[in-house]
Amino acid sequence: MSETTLTESPADDHSGDDPATGVVHVGGENVVDDHGGDHGSGHMVTSTGLSNNKLAMWLFLGSECLLFGGLISTYMLYRGRHTGSPGPAQLWDIPLTSVSSFVLLMSSLTMVLAVSAAQQRDDRLTTLWLTVTALLGATFVGAQVYEFTTFYYEGLGFTTSLFSSSFFTLTGFHGVHVTVGIIMLMALVGIITRSKVPGDKAEVVELIGLYWHFVDIVWIVIFTLVYLIPA
Amino acid sequence: MTSTEHVDHGHQTGHAEEGPHDESHAHKPNSFYIKVAIALAIVTAVEVGLYYLDLGKLFMPTLLILMVVKFVTVVSLFMHLRFDNKLFSWLFYSGLFLAVFVYLAALMTFRFFDGS
Repeated sequence: MSETTLTESPADDHSGDDPATGVVHVGGENVVDDHGGDHGSGHMVTSTGLSNNKLAMWLFLGSECLLFGGLISTYMLYRGRHTGSPGPAQLWDIPLTSVSSFVLLMSSLTMVLAVSAAQQRDDRLTTLWLTVTALLGATFVGAQVYEFTTFYYEGLGFTTSLFSSSFFTLTGFHGVHVTVGIIMLMALVGIITRSKVPGDKAEVVELIGLYWHFVDIVWIVIFTLVYLIPA
Repeated sequence: MTSTEHVDHGHQTGHAEEGPHDESHAHKPNSFYIKVAIALAIVTAVEVGLYYLDLGKLFMPTLLILMVVKFVTVVSLFMHLRFDNKLFSWLFYSGLFLAVFVYLAALMTFRFFDGS
């Protein structure tokens, strides 16, 4: 998190500020005026000139590709292993899954609108779009819980077959990611509401937005490979 | 006297180290994102429509292409990777392509593609 409010000593007159590089000398420290990654927030100088938080988030998302790649590959290997128990053809409810996919896709829109509002320092709109995003995410998770419950009553438990284990693990991990995203969104709404400095959470909103969009793109892959392409 | 200062010089300062970082995406109007979302919704509707149609051998390649189109659109435009610093792209796509190649190799090892 970048600290945006700095206590300035009386001696600080910004005489050493460099408008060409965006480096501002405050309280004996160099602060990069990074209106790109975090509009209106000051960053400490980094060796790359980029926000370390943002770099870490992209690195994390890159590593998440490996996690979900493993889970998707495992499902693809085992999706036909359900002898004597229900398989994809008997279970899938494509209309329901399509609607929940659409809901998650639209949550990406509301998330990017929240990021846009945060960059314009509009806290009211930011919290509104973050709340809508969380509600759309909750709708998606609700649909997934309904789907899991239906499958369970149709005879598909976690250990029923290799297909069921790999399916519940894959979609369950994704559902947990969405749930964590909802918790982060609601926590962020609370933080912004209580913040005494208006419009200073643009980078945090952007980072959580990156996570949320990642959850969406993982579902784009799952929806096609798991639900639409038959085993 | 001690004062509190918010370090922000608006858009007057330079970004010599960051190149195109965030400059363009920061000013995309909301209508742009709404149009992208509508396009994504249409592609999703086409995907679902294809599920109920019989395209034969074209079915799977078409679905995979549409999936990649949606994926790249969200990453490039919603996640702003297209407008952001290239280092972010390298970090993300390194993980993505590593995952794709590792797991394709794993699936080939298990002869996943032999029966299809």
